[in-house]
Formats: sequence, structure tokens, C-alpha cells
Amino acid sequence: MVNRAVTGAHYGLRDWLAQRVTAVVMLLYTLLIVWLLLATPVIDHDAWRGLFAPQWMKLATLLCLLSLYFHAWVGMRNIFMDYIKHGGVRLALYALVIAALIAYAGWSVQILWSI
Amino acid sequence: MRLRRGVKKNSNPLRLHMATRPKYLNLLQIRMPVPAVVSIMHRVSGAALFLVLPLLLAWWQCSLSSPDTFAASKSFAAMPLVKIGILLLVWGYLHHLCAGVRHLASDIDLGTELKSARFSSWLVLAVSIVLTLLIGVRIW
Repeated sequence: MVNRAVTGAHYGLRDWLAQRVTAVVMLLYTLLIVWLLLATPVIDHDAWRGLFAPQWMKLATLLCLLSLYFHAWVGMRNIFMDYIKHGGVRLALYALVIAALIAYAGWSVQILWSI
Repeated sequence: MRLRRGVKKNSNPLRLHMATRPKYLNLLQIRMPVPAVVSIMHRVSGAALFLVLPLLLAWWQCSLSSPDTFAASKSFAAMPLVKIGILLLVWGYLHHLCAGVRHLASDIDLGTELKSARFSSWLVLAVSIVLTLLIGVRIW
């Protein structure tokens, strides 16, 4: 009888790599945004909106946020794998995190493209 | 691990050792090495940052919507307790970032000796706290 846990297998290397690639994307974006903020003398509403107004900045921000959401999924899943022993509860938590992160992704697009 | 039938209990030191495994360490009783502290903080900060994501998105949206909501989110962030919360998040972010860079270094076999692993752990703690303090001075 095949008695496989809900965690499955064979995604370890891919997720290990993805965790690092997404981390580097976020690191580069962090440096970019810190540099842009330091280069802005007064941050009022216009300047703040203007920061995210160019198309390339919208795409860079979206790329960083999508990286963040995937990174958060891998991280939260690893935490649940370690501490939540009950399969059903763990599965429910996975679903909850995935649903939240997909919703955040949609929300991020909405925020960025209403500027 | 179950003992095989027919093997006299406690006859073999190795088998006895196997039989008493696994050991569950009480984290509050053992003295944790610095890399372990950094590792736990990496995990805790990551989970905390995940949990505050909706608040950050709401605040970001508010700050962008209109001049009025921008002013509102600015004065919200200026409240002392909120400021402390923001600084804690900044610290969590910076610690997670520095510990992550340390991870990337270990991946390419940099600093994997015990001595340098301990040193880089102290460095992660120090750099993230110093940067947080600098940002704290700047926003206060």
C-alpha cells in the first residue's frame, strides 16, 4: 500500500533554488528602493506616487512582491512541516497560506496599477 | 527504535544508545551556540513578516491613494507605539536579510568552518542591530 504523506516529495531542490533566487531579487530591490528613497529629498504624496509611477518601477516592484510571496510560501511550508504533526491541520494551513498569498498578489497588482 | 527479538536487552552499548534515541533537547536548558540563535531568529522573523503582510499592504495602499490618506498613514506611522512596531519589523527584515546573505555564503562554502560560522553569526546580529538603530535615529 502506498502510504504517502500530504507533503509529497521531489520538489526539494527546485524550492531550495527558488528560495535563493527570490531572496536575491528581494535583496536587489531593497537596495534599489533604499537608494531611490535616499535620493528623494522630500517624500510627500506626489514624490511617493511618482516613485512607483514609471512602468519599469511597477514591474520591478511586482517582481519583488511575487518573489516575496513565493519565498513566504516555501518558508511557511517548511515551518508547518517541522511543527504541525497532524496531516489534516497541516494541509489546511497550507491551503490558508496559499489562498492568502494569491490574494496578496492580486491586491499588489491592484495597488500598483491604480497609481 | 524497537529492539530486535532475541537480542538481549542492554547487552550492546551501541544498541542501548539506539534504543534511547531520539533525544528531545530542551531548548530552554541547553546553552545555544550563536549560529543556532541566529537560525531561530531567521525563522521567527520570517514568520512574523509573513503575518504582518496584510497590514503592510493596507498601509501601502492607503499611503498611495490620495493626499489625505497619505497624511493619515503618515500620522499613523508617527504614533510612538506604531514607530516601535515598525522598528521591530525593520529589525526583523534586516536580520532575515543578513542571515539570508550568510546562508548564500554557506551555499558556496564560504564561512563554513566553526570559527568563521560563529563569527559571521555575530556579524549578522551586530549588522542588523546597528542598521536598525541607524534607521531608528533617522525616523525618530
